[in-house]
Amino acid sequence: MILDLSHFSAAVLFGVFASVVFGITHREGSREQARYGLYCFTLFVGGVIAAGWAMWLLSKVARVQ
Amino acid sequence: MANSTSKTAAPITVISVLAPAVGWLLPGAGHMVQKRWGRGLLLLAAISGMYVLGLLMQGRIYQPNSGDILDILGFVGDVGAGGLYVVTRAAGWGQETVARATADYGTKFIIVAGLLNLISVADAYHIAIGKKK
Repeated sequence: MILDLSHFSAAVLFGVFASVVFGITHREGSREQARYGLYCFTLFVGGVIAAGWAMWLLSKVARVQ
Repeated sequence: MANSTSKTAAPITVISVLAPAVGWLLPGAGHMVQKRWGRGLLLLAAISGMYVLGLLMQGRIYQPNSGDILDILGFVGDVGAGGLYVVTRAAGWGQETVARATADYGTKFIIVAGLLNLISVADAYHIAIGKKK
């Protein structure tokens, strides 16, 4: 079986797994862990979307020049 | 002058050795032997899930003796997964040539799963010595 994910879905899955581990290992108390995990996940996905738009802008600039 | 805030070394106990060791062999087991069942199961699901998805994406498993510095760093990341890495090498999985973008993502998933397991091992040790609850 071969899993063929898009770049975005792979990045989201990466964010989910990494955020779970970061939340558990970097905070104490269930509530704090959940909040920190969600915070990390938001940064992961937000970073992916921001980087995507930055690359789209760069490709536009490169095409104009 | 004596420093009143100087830190003393944590005493070596059975659990402070056992928890990181079993945590390395099986992700989350270091927490489970200390009765942190929820955290241990979540770590097991997250780290093992990431590692298995990496393999399913045809990610590459690094060998210890390739000679290339980047491959050695990849090996260090991979070996952090402990028992998962041993089983994968024994079964001969992850030996395909990376020929697609998805396979490259898979290789990174496997390395990062190993590195996340090392963070989990450090956390299990901190719980064992009482530095964290």
